[in-house]
Amino acid sequence: MSTPVDVPTPVTAEPVLPAAGGADPRPLAAPTTSVNPIQRDHATTIFEKGAPGRRSFVAPDAGVPEADLDEILPAGLRRTAPARLPQVTEGEIVRHYVRLSRRNFDLDTGFYPLGSCTMKHNPRLHERVTALPGHARLHPFQEPERAQGALELMWGLERQLAEVSGLPHVCLQPSAGSHGELAGVLLARAYHEARGETRTKVLTPDTAHGTNPATVTMAGLEVVKVATNPDGGVDLDDLRAKADDDTALLMLTNPNTLGIFDPNIQEIASIVHGVGGVLYYDGANLNAIMGITRPGDMGFDIVHFNLHKSFTQPHGGGGPGSGPIAVSDRVAPFLPLPVIRRDDAPAPGTRTGPSGAAFSLVEDATALPEGAPGSRSIGKLRGFQGNYGCFVRSYTYITSLGAAGLRDASETAVLNANYLLAKLEEHGVRELLPLAFGTRCMHEFVLSGGPLKRELGVKTLDVAKRLLDHGFHPPTVYFPLLVDEALLIEPVETEARETLDAFALVLAEILREAKDDPTIAQNAPYSTPVRRLDEAGAAKRPVLRQPLD
Amino acid sequence: MTRYTTTTEADREEMLRAVGVTSTRDLLAEQIPAALLRDEPLDLPDGRGEQEVHAHLRDLAGANTSAEDEVTFLGAGMYDHYVPAIIDMLLGRSEFLTPYTPYQPEVSQGGLQVMFEYQTAISELTALPVSNASVYEGPSAVAAAAYLAKLHNGRGKLVVSAGAHPHTLQTLETLAHGYGQEVVVVPLKGGATDPDAWAAAIDETTSAAIVQQPNFLGAVEDVAALTAAAKEAGGDKLVTVGAYDPITLGILVPPGEAGIDVAVGEGQTLGNRLDFGGPSFGFFAARDAFLRRMPGRIAGETTDVDGRRGFVLTLQTREQHIRREKATSNICTAQALNALAGVVYLGWLGREGLPELAELLARRTHYARTTLAAIDGVELLHDRPVVREFALRLPGIDVPALVAHVQDRGYHPGLPLVRTHGDEHADGLLVALTEQRTKEQIDRLAELLVGAIAAQRGGGSASPQAAASRNGVAA
Repeated sequence: MSTPVDVPTPVTAEPVLPAAGGADPRPLAAPTTSVNPIQRDHATTIFEKGAPGRRSFVAPDAGVPEADLDEILPAGLRRTAPARLPQVTEGEIVRHYVRLSRRNFDLDTGFYPLGSCTMKHNPRLHERVTALPGHARLHPFQEPERAQGALELMWGLERQLAEVSGLPHVCLQPSAGSHGELAGVLLARAYHEARGETRTKVLTPDTAHGTNPATVTMAGLEVVKVATNPDGGVDLDDLRAKADDDTALLMLTNPNTLGIFDPNIQEIASIVHGVGGVLYYDGANLNAIMGITRPGDMGFDIVHFNLHKSFTQPHGGGGPGSGPIAVSDRVAPFLPLPVIRRDDAPAPGTRTGPSGAAFSLVEDATALPEGAPGSRSIGKLRGFQGNYGCFVRSYTYITSLGAAGLRDASETAVLNANYLLAKLEEHGVRELLPLAFGTRCMHEFVLSGGPLKRELGVKTLDVAKRLLDHGFHPPTVYFPLLVDEALLIEPVETEARETLDAFALVLAEILREAKDDPTIAQNAPYSTPVRRLDEAGAAKRPVLRQPLD
Repeated sequence: MTRYTTTTEADREEMLRAVGVTSTRDLLAEQIPAALLRDEPLDLPDGRGEQEVHAHLRDLAGANTSAEDEVTFLGAGMYDHYVPAIIDMLLGRSEFLTPYTPYQPEVSQGGLQVMFEYQTAISELTALPVSNASVYEGPSAVAAAAYLAKLHNGRGKLVVSAGAHPHTLQTLETLAHGYGQEVVVVPLKGGATDPDAWAAAIDETTSAAIVQQPNFLGAVEDVAALTAAAKEAGGDKLVTVGAYDPITLGILVPPGEAGIDVAVGEGQTLGNRLDFGGPSFGFFAARDAFLRRMPGRIAGETTDVDGRRGFVLTLQTREQHIRREKATSNICTAQALNALAGVVYLGWLGREGLPELAELLARRTHYARTTLAAIDGVELLHDRPVVREFALRLPGIDVPALVAHVQDRGYHPGLPLVRTHGDEHADGLLVALTEQRTKEQIDRLAELLVGAIAAQRGGGSASPQAAASRNGVAA
């Protein structure tokens, strides 16, 4: 193996937390000092386990008349050496991956205030209904007449998302937020091209997610950055200066990545529309506004949703996600195909969904009337209809919550964020970690670690790592880029007040501890399966797979 | 307070007091312009309790005919393979199911090591040195490979075989328009990519030459010959791209040994459910030269401050959150959980099992093709070698009507190619095998096709066994 043999270190070196100047008798929220031996396993991959001859899969007998393999497939087209896959029993596989799983922090175990990611509870009903064979074993090329339940569900989700966004036409196809962004930018481009205009500029505020500028490049357009004003919103003068008849679109998140709802949004829309541009809404922060206000009403033409965020999908360790888009009438003709059509008065004998309506998939733009959604489609963005398994979960979620429940979710998310902000103020945390902009926030907020770094030499990264010892997942760090040493905190609506209280106390404690001895945070974490890792070394000498004999 | 929120009225009052406002609405009104702040509820039905919602979702599921309800020979990009029980169990574990991208490696070693193992498995499967940790799915993976080629050589033309999945061709067309690349489709001849047209289409302006293996009609392509011809015509800078069904790599020459620079494909066949088309995952593997232009997450091995072996996300300067408009891709959330299913499945199949499964598929496919083609009124659409799927022609038959006839008897005979290829293959039928389709089911399908053809012709029915034996095949 390429790494030195690892002797597990007994973790006795957990620093004793200073007793807050001796003045505070309150027991600390205990750091996770007890280390489970499984979590400290020496990392051994599945490829280093097992032995020749071990196996899990038993191939059934082919059961067909013998035929010469050379006749089926000439030797020149056949593989000569097998892929060196593991040789392990089912028991070994299960033990290996269960032990590995225990080296992960997860949302079911603890608070996960990762800003811009909306780590809300994943209801288990969603997993159960998605696994029903009628959903899980439905082939994507099943004849649409025999997939009426799936099409009815997708049509229903389209209507739900249209209502939430205030934009009438929805396409579920994109696979994730960034894929939805790409769809949206291509739609805007197609819209302009259809009017005989080639516009190349895409305005993106400097608070934007990194996916926004990356998407613009992939769509063949050019990023023009727009400055942020002292209140954390779009700098209107800068916007006016940069918006012109070469502007294809503005990409905006609202509330933005500072957690600030831009109060000038109507003026922004009017500036962009005034030069003939299209307004694109990055829906990563939709969890702040469901039922409260709608992108369509703000003047946006295109929205992408992150079903895995606002409409609660398990995040899976980095996917799957799903990134449907909703658009206004003027953009609708360019939507990707297929489109779902609903017939409320089907001919007798037609197969229907449970509602009694019949649904069909239209794959061919020429079959659609001029001006209808998809009639001048940009084409497909991926195979089949999209991540249907994700649609089932989000449809279930919206159906469970209804209008009042969605609004309650967003209102509570906003209240939780502001409450946490207030508790951090109460505990004095904001002296060293001030709120970067404004005084209030929507569903998330950004602290700046600048003063802490300057005064104590403790960086945002150190705070994040010390939080791990206390059993909390850290916030998003070093984003947005315009805030020095940023901590982007999104507490979500499914977290209880006592969790927010505990988190505020722990942050306060970490700062108190840092004042006494900054090295504690600087060297954290101590209680995790591994401690700080050499990321520079990993990039300099990439080892990206298990070497095999 | 509703379903999943935790705030009671008492909590709310205390929290509002701490914030210093009298109501949540005031908190919102301080921030959102009055003209935009809604007071009327969304036009959505009221929420419902768990058991009611469950019943509704069950009703919707019941209005679908799934692979649970019929014996399906449908494939065309996604296949009804058996998904082992350990996959449900491992993917259901909170520790894999509910975290996000491993931004904090100290508490994400499980997920990061899974990525590292997945990369190893894909690298072995493809015989290419580097793999990323997954992309969305098959067709968009091909488009991602095309973007890599554009970054690599700056050339403007993509040459792609007509044997690629129709969704791949459509996706490539859509996204290449964004990249500023032109797509040239090379026709098939006798079921496989026409080698003369292929060579003629490629020149020194060609950015990538793209072929699918096996192709959409099930034919095994001579990839090595196509890649050699592509490099000959397009020079070393040209990027050869292969879109593979990973299961077939148990028996087919791997891309790394067939002159492919970038191998991609749909990962659904590796332990993922059909799910009406997703989520699954796309794999993406390449030669070393392309490492720093790869899209997506990549896990790398390193050590911690105590010298303990560990894993991190690496080479992140390629990625959107660092490089922004200069990133090699915009991908952020990919398909980590589905890729976990993939690596668990490959471990479950194992070193011996994958070739065994692939050979089993090839043998049953051969038998099915021979048996069905022996039916009066059925012809081969092409006679190229096949290993998991094959295309038939039924001249003069209304294939969608035939499919409906057979479906009414509990079998799905395959994809009517008129759905994807219109008049070009109006009488075509694409039939796929998995290890779940037995000889008895193949024989039964043959009987049903005989009956369906006879029903359309308004005549009697011939025995497939009799027809098969005429062709020297023991039925």
